[in-house]
Amino acid sequence: MPVTDPVHEAVNAAYLSDSRRVLATLIRLLGDFDVAEEALHEAFRAALEQWPRDGVPTNPRAWLVSAGRFKAIDGLRRRARFDALDDAGDQADVAVVDTAAWADEESVEDDRLRLIFTCCHPALAPDAQVALTLREVCGLTTEEIAQAFLTPAPTLAQRIVRAKAKIRDARIPYEVPTRAALPERLDAVLRVIYLVFNEGYAASSGALVTRHDLSAEAIRLGRLLVELLPEPEARGLLALMLLHESRRAARTSASGDVILLDDQDRSLWNRDQITEGTRLVEGALASRGFGPYTIQAAIAAVHADASTAAATDWAEIVGLYDILLRADASPVIELNRAVAVAMRDGPAAGLALIDAILQRGDLLDYRLAHAARAELCRRLGRTADARTSYERALALARQEPDRRLLERRLAELS
Amino acid sequence: MKYLCLVYLEEEKLRAVPDRECMACGDGFRKSGLLVAAEALQPVATATTVRVRNGKVSITDGPFAETKEQLAGFYLIEARDLNDAIQVASKIPPAREGSIEVRPVRQLDPQ
Repeated sequence: MPVTDPVHEAVNAAYLSDSRRVLATLIRLLGDFDVAEEALHEAFRAALEQWPRDGVPTNPRAWLVSAGRFKAIDGLRRRARFDALDDAGDQADVAVVDTAAWADEESVEDDRLRLIFTCCHPALAPDAQVALTLREVCGLTTEEIAQAFLTPAPTLAQRIVRAKAKIRDARIPYEVPTRAALPERLDAVLRVIYLVFNEGYAASSGALVTRHDLSAEAIRLGRLLVELLPEPEARGLLALMLLHESRRAARTSASGDVILLDDQDRSLWNRDQITEGTRLVEGALASRGFGPYTIQAAIAAVHADASTAAATDWAEIVGLYDILLRADASPVIELNRAVAVAMRDGPAAGLALIDAILQRGDLLDYRLAHAARAELCRRLGRTADARTSYERALALARQEPDRRLLERRLAELS
Repeated sequence: MKYLCLVYLEEEKLRAVPDRECMACGDGFRKSGLLVAAEALQPVATATTVRVRNGKVSITDGPFAETKEQLAGFYLIEARDLNDAIQVASKIPPAREGSIEVRPVRQLDPQ
């Protein structure tokens, strides 16, 4: 599509800024994802034909919704004419009846929330929730999602087709959950967003460039959610993602090696993201109903606040982990708390806590538990124990940069 | 729209929920206009499987279930959408002992 012509530019701009909004409203008006997607394409095709002739409309979004709706109903009518049954015609008429209900700003914003909650409905498989959200809410292509998750495109396409079929056949409603159901349903949405973020941030595998895009996409989603539904945990999650993301430039060396928090060059941290993240955490903490994401963000904010690793307020961090354990007890959080205790009270205190977790049979296959144990043993001068634990961690490490870090640590022992 | 709520329970938990409670639940659904039909089933040991192959009827003992849970009963309900159906299913007493599978009913196509 040539972008030199101003009308084409206007169509492109409308596509970038409004195609997801238009889609969200068309799904509500037409009651079907596939019909709405086809209508969306028809609407933009019509814009390319008509805007150069009639000029760019004053409200392009409303024009596109109207055009898409008209095209879809027209299509249904045409199909109905060839159909022996009368009900397809009736359906088309039903859709004609409501006029301009979509026009007001509020219901359009609600449509975007409806779309998010429908894509993240817990009745859909978790990987389908992620794929559908990236496809429908973020507008990524199936190929882009497949590439980012290292899944064959046909597998991913089928996942999306199945999810849409379930939405239609099991009749998953296109609605924002009631206040009573909101906490649980919001959790599902937050989980999807955080999963997308971590897939990009932790780089569990694959090319780094596409993965970074996933983190950026998750942050965009987080922002959209906060804008549409400023619940404390939505703000907490956005803060958490921003505070993690702020360290991206400092996390890896030029050669791609992992740099741990203690050794990072803090001048590389993104100050804007830290400022925004910290402000969001403070807001979320001050409101009722914050949860695990907000507390984790608060911990990240304490780190961000320390100008050097040595200046970290470990007592504050241990206190926050105590709150986090009460909100969301898990062995991984216990492990993180143990590391913070080691920083506050010395390695022996932390090691005792980690050994207690491992002796209980938890985290035996968790690389970071063994790596943390090795590190504390090393600091205590227990070289043999440190070696055993580093070797255990190395056996569990899947990523090349993680392996190199552990190999480096092992070499430093001798 | 109709949904079939299939109640699954482990063999030893078939009697864990008192019949009285299940009857009260069914009555409640019926009074609210949600219920089309509901029944509890005898244990899977009483089941017989019927197949027709090449016009011949074959009869075997029981279904060959690999899962620990077995079908213990069903509620056929009328609900606006899946969210409503999930609401109703969560009120079925054996949900706390076993699980409820919520399946939308498919309209047969006369063509």
